[in-house]
Amino acid sequence: MAIDGEKAAGGLKIEPMEQFTIKPLFGDGPIEWYTPTNATLWMGVAVLAVTAILVLSTRRRAIVPSRGQSVAEMLYGFIHKMVEEVAGHEGLRFFPYIMTLFMFVLLSNLLGMIPTSFSTTSQIAVTGTLALMVFLTVTLVGFWRKGIGFLSMFWVASAPLALRPILAVIELISYFVRPLSHSIRLGGNLMAGHAVIKVFAGFAGVMGVASVVPIASITAIFGLELLVSAVQAYVFTILTCVYLRDAVGDAHH
Amino acid sequence: MAIDATAEAEKAAGMPQLDFSTWPNQIFWLLVTLVVIYLVLSRVALPRIGAVLADRKSTITNDLAAAEELKQKAVAAERAYNEALANARTEAAKIVAQAKAEIQKDLDAATAKADAEIAARAAESEKSIAEIRDGAAAAVAEVARDVAGALVATLGGGADAKTVTAAVTARLKG
Amino acid sequence: MDAAAAAEFALMGKYIGAGLATIGLGGAGIGVGHIAGNFLSGALRNPSAAPGQMANLFVGIAFAEALGIFSFLIALLLMFAV
Repeated sequence: MAIDGEKAAGGLKIEPMEQFTIKPLFGDGPIEWYTPTNATLWMGVAVLAVTAILVLSTRRRAIVPSRGQSVAEMLYGFIHKMVEEVAGHEGLRFFPYIMTLFMFVLLSNLLGMIPTSFSTTSQIAVTGTLALMVFLTVTLVGFWRKGIGFLSMFWVASAPLALRPILAVIELISYFVRPLSHSIRLGGNLMAGHAVIKVFAGFAGVMGVASVVPIASITAIFGLELLVSAVQAYVFTILTCVYLRDAVGDAHH
Repeated sequence: MAIDATAEAEKAAGMPQLDFSTWPNQIFWLLVTLVVIYLVLSRVALPRIGAVLADRKSTITNDLAAAEELKQKAVAAERAYNEALANARTEAAKIVAQAKAEIQKDLDAATAKADAEIAARAAESEKSIAEIRDGAAAAVAEVARDVAGALVATLGGGADAKTVTAAVTARLKG
Repeated sequence: MDAAAAAEFALMGKYIGAGLATIGLGGAGIGVGHIAGNFLSGALRNPSAAPGQMANLFVGIAFAEALGIFSFLIALLLMFAV
């Protein structure tokens, strides 16, 4: 990086990416692999939130559920139905795994919407790890359950014979692009939303009375970002189910 | 070069996501987080929620079956009630008809008896009226005779009883 | 051309490239709108079948959107990482 993009000159000084910086929680030392950072803090908050939503609210095990228990049951039923419908009945064995991914992504997205918090799912490292976990799971489970027959999903039997090798190459490439798009979609969406809000916040700081306009925009974008947070968690999960279907379901659904 | 000190300081904030020195840290804590969530979910939350849902489903199924049974019972009871009601109605109608017939018979007998009695009484009354009338006529003739005799005697006539009787009888007939 | 001018020139190219890369987001917008519009017209013709296709709708939107996010990412890379 030869020259930084931001200009110190002029009143307008917006740092939309500064909010994604990883900082040590205590002191100012170097970040080792074990150092507790702000990312660690918000991941921990996500764990607590998941526990509160799914464990604390259901501790009475009521037949007629309370409000919190209804939410827990709704989330459970939602993901359970999705896994069963998309990944097939065999996919239900991965239900806890998929539920873990969904709850973590959803809660991280929503917690990231709290002002001054840290959005862990806007980090490529986090989303990339999640996507690679899914990719490795699908690949290993596919080979374990179907053996070499797992490769038949690249060989499109319904296409003309001459086209099949070309299609096989395309399918293979798209298979390996999956973790990339899977992670960039989530991280990019979150990063874009937060950066846009930050840019508008920068405008609001220098516009004086007219800053009601960017503040109103921030309010509107905040609502949109809440929607995006939920939708991206849903999309991440349903794509996991779609990929899992290749590994556990029939080749032709 | 146009690089100044502030730009140099901001360089780190360029795109923090691509600062690979923080990646091992993030990945380590992410894995810890995921393992914790997975354990919490698979050990506690999901079995519990699944059990609650299954519980509720069976409760609802049982309740529905019980309700269906109760409904059948209610339908049967209603049918029995209607049947009993219809039976009672026909029975009552029969009894009413019987009672009516009996009463009619008694009434007829009583009427006939009363009619006969009335007829007998009427005949008796007529007879006694006739007797009384005859008696009265005789008494009138007697009184007329006596009065005529006394009258004649008073007036100084010397009429005998026979003549007076004949005259009174002729007068009374006239 | 001296070194300072070359650096300024590279900076200019970087910004122009980032701006051009954002055009790709318009394509993603067209794609997402196309999917949503077609879903809506299909759902209005046969509303009873619509809820069953919600998952496919979201997957389709996600795939279309991912390509737009790629171009956004490229813009960010040009701005901050190149």
